[in-house]
Amino acid sequence: MDTVRDIAALRQMLAGLEAARLPGMVDGFSLGAGEPERAGVMLARGALHEVQAARGADLPAATGFTLALALRASLSGTDMPTRPLLWIRQDAAEAEFGRPEALGLQALGLDPSRLVLVRAPDAAEVLRAAGDGVRCAGLGALIIEPFGEPRALDLTATRRLSLRAATSGVTSFLLRMSTRALPTAVATRWQVAPAASVPGEANAPGAPAFTATLLRHRGGEGERPVEGGSWNLEWDHEACSFRDLAPLSRAVVPVPAGRPASAGAPDAERGARRGGGDGIAAFRRTG
Amino acid sequence: MPDPLAPPPRVFVEKAKNALRLAAVDRAAARCGLAPGLTLADARARLPELAVVDHDPLADAAFLETVADDCDRWTPLVALDAPDGLVLDITGCAHLFGGEAAMRARLLAHLQRHGLGAGAVVAGTPDAARALVRAGRGGIVAPGGEARAVAPLPVIRLGVDEAVVTGLSRAGLKTIGDLATRPATPLAARFGAELLTRLNRTLGHEDIRIVPRRPLPAAIAERRFAEPIGRAEDIEATLALLVDDLALMLEARGEGGRAFEASFFRADGAVRRLAIETARPSRDGTALARLWHEKIEALADPIDPGFGFDLVRLAVLRAEPLTPAQVSLDGRAVEEEEVAALIDRLAVRLGRERVLRVLLRDTHDPGRASALIPAAQAPAAAPSLSPILPPDLLPRPLSLFDPPQPVEALAEVPDGPPLRFRWRRVVHEVARAEGPERIAPEWWRLPEGTALPATRDYYRVENREGRRFWLFRAGLYGRESGEPRWFLHGLFP
Repeated sequence: MDTVRDIAALRQMLAGLEAARLPGMVDGFSLGAGEPERAGVMLARGALHEVQAARGADLPAATGFTLALALRASLSGTDMPTRPLLWIRQDAAEAEFGRPEALGLQALGLDPSRLVLVRAPDAAEVLRAAGDGVRCAGLGALIIEPFGEPRALDLTATRRLSLRAATSGVTSFLLRMSTRALPTAVATRWQVAPAASVPGEANAPGAPAFTATLLRHRGGEGERPVEGGSWNLEWDHEACSFRDLAPLSRAVVPVPAGRPASAGAPDAERGARRGGGDGIAAFRRTG
Repeated sequence: MPDPLAPPPRVFVEKAKNALRLAAVDRAAARCGLAPGLTLADARARLPELAVVDHDPLADAAFLETVADDCDRWTPLVALDAPDGLVLDITGCAHLFGGEAAMRARLLAHLQRHGLGAGAVVAGTPDAARALVRAGRGGIVAPGGEARAVAPLPVIRLGVDEAVVTGLSRAGLKTIGDLATRPATPLAARFGAELLTRLNRTLGHEDIRIVPRRPLPAAIAERRFAEPIGRAEDIEATLALLVDDLALMLEARGEGGRAFEASFFRADGAVRRLAIETARPSRDGTALARLWHEKIEALADPIDPGFGFDLVRLAVLRAEPLTPAQVSLDGRAVEEEEVAALIDRLAVRLGRERVLRVLLRDTHDPGRASALIPAAQAPAAAPSLSPILPPDLLPRPLSLFDPPQPVEALAEVPDGPPLRFRWRRVVHEVARAEGPERIAPEWWRLPEGTALPATRDYYRVENREGRRFWLFRAGLYGRESGEPRWFLHGLFP
């Protein structure tokens, strides 16, 4: 009798440990757009995600993408998200790309009064402030934006941030340029470039559009991680969701070469999309 | 008989009425009969060995400020009485130093240790004390004895204009006592109401409070040390104790502090002050002690204890009501508390102007429409800071350059959007454009007489790679400037 109860208790404990180790399996958010969703792209809450600008000049697009992800991450249930967003920025980034503008934040769907902006003089201070911020469970999301390729931003630092994020449940985003690959311990890594928007009336620029490439995905929807994938997405600030951008004549950013071709559904699906077919649902994973 | 080894008499000179005149003299010079106002030539004629120094009123004022800082140790209410006096309101403080007499003696001894000769009078009103001490008196005036004490003083000690003093002496009224016995109405009619006010204050009939040079703190806790302390650990431990003292005081009053100031009084008279602010009222001893730790750690120039601090004071500069929070079921209050603590910690470490909130202003000027204000300064509970915006407002960029960056642009037609532009040495071909959105300068904000800045035509453009920019052309063709210039004001995601 006692043994049975012990085993049950142990099982429960193990389940708890599992959940703590892989929070993505219990709680995550999607991009909201059809294609990545079908590919099984799920971002874990309470984890560190990395968004890279494909080139230095793409940082504004990467910033918009990150803010959009942060908004989706802080969406919970039906009530309006009110928890503040902490954005830690190195001074150099602000000098290069300007200061955040309230109406622009509003245009993305973020209430400006929710944002707390921290300006840090150097990368070490950015990481130090991030270390404090990631422990604060009251935050809706955390954006960490060092400038350039700081030496302080290494595997250890990102691993530490990841672990702390898992403990506190704060979804954190590392926003940086990707002139050189840095080893970072992150749940997902995205490379973002701007995409041509859907023109409005009289050839006016449309809603923010991105080409988002998933470079790394740990712990996907099922047990198997999703490998690679590149989508053209458009941000809909009213729905607080991404949506697929109609295919354009210009070439999409290719999936980086040298990646092992993964077996399974996502790959096949990608192939299907490239072929121009639309019958992707046939490849949908069930597990 | 002058001592041949003694330093020569010293005088301070300034230029007044077309001549170099003595502004101040030292004791030795005064003994030799020199007085302020004498011309330097006359003084030199009397005392050829005179040492002459330029009078520097600014340095005097700065020195008086440091003495006033040091005098904060006696009472928080210190006012300057330029050029060389200080008024201390010691109401309710004297018993801490063993009574008025003992306090006066200790104060004078303290000043003397730092090489300052000073006189001090304790009286019921600041004006009476000032009149007495300026007349060279000392001691303590018994309560209600002001009128008798100041009676023999000359009327100039009232601190009224020279003309009034001359007029009074012509009327045969030489001392304050003479005035006190006169009926008030004729005096006021002849010499003005100012004289009566001064008289009443000096006689102790009317009492006014001094205007302290530093705001009166809401609460104060302090520790005095017989043996000055200097180690960083001791300083932090002291601060932690003081924080606990303050927390009790604030709790009793149902308040929390928003701004705190720690003053470290060095044994040699220098005072170092540090301040922290919190985003919301706080009386949490642990959190505050931690903030102080962060503050001290982040100091660019560490606290220099010199020969040690003999007094450490912690003051609440601003307090706000703080009722014990009820923990709501969803733990929202706890979360908000956590975020506020995080903001405080970052603000203390990085500086308050580095932890910001975005504020939306009700204006059309894109450069002013949003402001970054310190989070500690932002209203504690702002549901939404957004003013009502016109619904047809065109999209605004996510980031804004301040000031706008000049670009070279080429437009197809003078009033049209650019075809291509060069920014940071990169040429961008425009694929889509929207505009213009014409924004006129806010002329009513400009100072009188400044030239009106050019009207701006804003365009939202997208280049062939999909990057989106916010450009404007300053100036209207034909109407404003001859050669309009293009600027990049912001970037869209």
